[in-house]
Amino acid sequence: MALGFWQRALAAGVVLAVLCGCLSVFVILRRLAFIGVGISHSAFGGVALGFLLGIDPLWTGIVFSAGVALAIEWAQQRGHIEEDAAIGIFFAAAMALGVLFLHLSGTYNVDVFGFLFGNILAIGERQVVQIVVVAVGVLAVVGIFFKEYVFISFDEEMAWVSGLPVNFLRALFLVLLSLAVIVAIYLVGIILVSALLVIPGATARNLAGHLRPMLLVSLGSAVGATLVGLFASAWLDWPSGATIVVLLSLLFFLSTLWSRAK
Amino acid sequence: MTAAPAVELRGVWVIYHQRPVLEDIDLVIPPGRYVGIIGPNGAGKSTLLKVVLGLIPPARGVVRVFGEPPARLRRSGQLLGYLPQKLMSQPQFPVTVLEVVLMGRYGRIGLGRWPGPGDREAALAKLRRLRIEHLADRPIGALSGGELQRVFIARALVVEPRLLVMDEPTISLDACAQDDLFEMLHDLKEELDLTVLVVSHDIGAVARHVEEVVCLNRRLYVHEPPPIGRLALERTFGCSVEYLFHGEIPHRVVRRDE
Repeated sequence: MALGFWQRALAAGVVLAVLCGCLSVFVILRRLAFIGVGISHSAFGGVALGFLLGIDPLWTGIVFSAGVALAIEWAQQRGHIEEDAAIGIFFAAAMALGVLFLHLSGTYNVDVFGFLFGNILAIGERQVVQIVVVAVGVLAVVGIFFKEYVFISFDEEMAWVSGLPVNFLRALFLVLLSLAVIVAIYLVGIILVSALLVIPGATARNLAGHLRPMLLVSLGSAVGATLVGLFASAWLDWPSGATIVVLLSLLFFLSTLWSRAK
Repeated sequence: MTAAPAVELRGVWVIYHQRPVLEDIDLVIPPGRYVGIIGPNGAGKSTLLKVVLGLIPPARGVVRVFGEPPARLRRSGQLLGYLPQKLMSQPQFPVTVLEVVLMGRYGRIGLGRWPGPGDREAALAKLRRLRIEHLADRPIGALSGGELQRVFIARALVVEPRLLVMDEPTISLDACAQDDLFEMLHDLKEELDLTVLVVSHDIGAVARHVEEVVCLNRRLYVHEPPPIGRLALERTFGCSVEYLFHGEIPHRVVRRDE
């Protein structure tokens, strides 16, 4: 079964929108927006490391981003440094390393712009398979620990006292987030990927008072913006990743106005 | 063999940023007591509770809850009921009252499994006991301070604890509601065979209701009966305090020899 580049883009886009729309709810409820930005930017270092070592940047990206995320968590848990400072330092350092890795690799024919801003129309079958496998895996884990993640979002301290393995679940979520970030880079790129992890959940928070509708609105807005964005960008010949993010932002502003007017 | 004390602290120190928050605390609370811990702001009251809960490991000293270190107790599935001082970090969190109470079961249910009808029934029973069953399907963000308090007590009780630890439970309540709360805690203690540990900076409210008062200001002042005196309170609070209550309040203060 061979898909054309357009079907591949649509399939990958929808799968990624479902993945990010679901995680986004927890990113908003757990106030992880900034660490999402940190993880996605540090992915640049990991992707560039892949080019330097001649390995699929998917793997180096996942390992590198998850490593940075866990390092941020560790530094902040040990009380060495405030979390926002830790994120700021780690992601800048990771991006700087990325530039150095790219320089050292001597490969100037890499589509750096595609990695930074996404190029879903250029992905191959192999990437579609990667995206589907990662999305199914991450969503399955979130599904298994759904009630635990709701409790941890609600109150970590109480969750710990009630017997939940809070530290394990926190670290696991950062790894899941890193996995999602790396595959979502194909759609919107390193710079814009955090939008996909933050905006759908924020929009849903504006519109829904309960968790289930919030999840549905988040998924719906992510999938809707992705589909409309892909078609619109094809029709207007605009960059697809940026179009999707602009649409998501527009939905967010509309939802804010609507919730204010209520 | 006599039963292990509900709480036993021996020479416990907690240090933040090179500063002692708790100094050499010795405290033994037998099972079944209703104990109030009073002291001024910054006295380390919340810290003391968190040491008991196992949330804060002490820099030095021994902590035993029902004869076990808190972490081991927790691993073995014997959970403690906890009412934190700040009930909601996000006032509009998108869950219902019943779902909040059910969270108290999650540790028992285990990872990756969903609450069953038994858990729902247990949660509803606690809501019924606290006379807030009618709130079960309300969003948690739509409640008053007093209602919220009861929801969180229900959540703490649905854990089926032997020890209930409460941090400033009266802070958002008016005087009548405070009395109601303490009375209700007393009844719950009897019904459920609980040991109750209540922290408050409100001497009057605590002293009227609990069976025993412990004064804390970084150090512990627990004195033998006769009743708590103005001097002991003033020593704890470091300033003169009003005498807000009458009659005998049996309590003890163990003072460190200096």
